[in-house]
Amino acid sequence: MNLRRDVFQAIADPTRRAILLLVASQAMTAGAIAANFNTARPTVSKHLQILTECELLGHEQNGREIYYHINASKMKEVADFIEPFRKMWDDRFNELEMIMKKLKPKN
Amino acid sequence: MEQKTKVHAEDGKQDLTITREFDLPVELLFKAHTEPELIVQWKAIPNTTAKILKFAGMKHGSYQMQSTDSQGKIVSSVHGVIHEFIPNRKIIRTFEVENAPIGVQLEIYDFEPLTDTTSKLNMHVIYESTAIRDQVMKMPGASGYTMGMAHDRMQEIMNKLK
Repeated sequence: MNLRRDVFQAIADPTRRAILLLVASQAMTAGAIAANFNTARPTVSKHLQILTECELLGHEQNGREIYYHINASKMKEVADFIEPFRKMWDDRFNELEMIMKKLKPKN
Repeated sequence: MEQKTKVHAEDGKQDLTITREFDLPVELLFKAHTEPELIVQWKAIPNTTAKILKFAGMKHGSYQMQSTDSQGKIVSSVHGVIHEFIPNRKIIRTFEVENAPIGVQLEIYDFEPLTDTTSKLNMHVIYESTAIRDQVMKMPGASGYTMGMAHDRMQEIMNKLK
């Protein structure tokens, strides 16, 4: 099976998005992350593995524990992909709002 | 900072959503989408003049829009049919850019009043495939913009060569 391992696949899953939100505030062990979900521990491990393969998560050994942390630069890739498209619509809508506001007093 | 316009596109899917809150009553937001003389003002590709050739805002209606550059050359032609048209609430239509390899897209516009003076637009756009959706997003405005911008760039380059 040829699985795609990129950031877009990573963030397609709601549990993985929740994991990213969790570790965004502080580095956490797999156990501490899993404690936040009702899903089985191996499922969380699988998500951590995918997030690591997509380079959205990094990890460090600290004594006997492995701490997962977010890889901010990789997260930016997602935003960069959508940003020009979002910006185009934002500009258009700003224009729309301006035009309609000018129109308002006449009505 | 909270962004006004939000785009949500999940990997591997062939659709996306665009949402935006406006400091306008829903009637004005709808009007901006349905009156030809207003549409051309905000939907025009930069540095072009947009012209609505046809706009039948109704169920089973259709529309056709053209953008020309300063020399009067046509840089973009778009058209589509209107499937659903409920004033101040909903528009379902198709959208196609002529001579662009992005197929036809289905667009669902949901107009939502928030307060008497504010409103929200929820756009759901469905493309023919995931690949086309990703292509459109990577080239902002393949849905009308890219061609114009590409032509502008070409014009700039050609001007330098003169």
